[in-house]
Amino acid sequence: MKRQSFVIMYSVLLSAMSVSTGSLAYGSVVNDLLAEYQQSGAQTPDPGKARVLWTEKFPDASGGNTRSCASCHTDNLRSSGKHVRTNKPIEPLAPSINRERLTDPGNIEKWFKRNCKWTFGRECSPQEKSDFLSYILAQ
Amino acid sequence: MKSAYWFSFIMAIPLLMLGSFSFGDDDDDVLKFWKRQPGVAPVTDPLYKEECGSCHFAYQPGWLPEQSWRDMMSGIDNHFGDNAELSPASHQAILDYLVTNSADKSDHRRSKKIMRSLGSSTAPQRITETGYFKHKHDEIPDRLVENNDKVASLSHCNACHQDAEQGSFSERHITIPGHGKWDD
Repeated sequence: MKRQSFVIMYSVLLSAMSVSTGSLAYGSVVNDLLAEYQQSGAQTPDPGKARVLWTEKFPDASGGNTRSCASCHTDNLRSSGKHVRTNKPIEPLAPSINRERLTDPGNIEKWFKRNCKWTFGRECSPQEKSDFLSYILAQ
Repeated sequence: MKSAYWFSFIMAIPLLMLGSFSFGDDDDDVLKFWKRQPGVAPVTDPLYKEECGSCHFAYQPGWLPEQSWRDMMSGIDNHFGDNAELSPASHQAILDYLVTNSADKSDHRRSKKIMRSLGSSTAPQRITETGYFKHKHDEIPDRLVENNDKVASLSHCNACHQDAEQGSFSERHITIPGHGKWDD
């Protein structure tokens, strides 16, 4: 019984802390991910590399138009994008414009996986993910 | 006197019909007919809305039969040319939602019509390839859809059907961008 109430108090305290630091949520999420990538071998993140890679065009294996990150997200991360096939609007990626960005690690990993495979035809390395995160974070 | 006799006889016809409905063998079918819902069942699952609806219109599961959804989910890493992979837990949850609410299990009017129109292709991958869909859209000229930038494809349901998200595709609620109300 005592142990149970301790666990409850602890989780209440933790959630109170996370509410009070809510405005910095994306910073800590990104920091945790960067630390994770570093453990998998990534060096210091380089936003400049990500900026170049952002607009680099890659061939579509099935013979369609060339693909880049900018195909859907445009080359300006502060503006809205549009899904290149379905036309569905995509909210800006820049956290300075869209506060929901970079706040959910599961979501970040999911889109890295899908979009790296779509654009480059392979998954991104921990280094590339670090570069992209630092680039997006600064927008 | 004679006309009163005929009058009461004619008035009795609907009552007799009602009687035969309520006592007939096909009682369940009659009830089902009255209970049948219009359109398709709207999407209720927030995970499906989020995961699938972030790239395209969240097509209601009642548009395709169970096997279509199973086939689609098993090839989700090449989803009409896009990679739409999910975590194993989300994948299973979405598959369960689609299968539980697929067209073959729905009592909604348009799901029934889709099922009846399937023909030899029993597990289509595109709603636009079903007989029912084709029949409903065969009079619309290309200039209003494919050659209309604001629509671009028949796959973009909600470009013209204002209540598409609610599962309502009534002809009275169609506005084609750049054209206006659709008059059949």
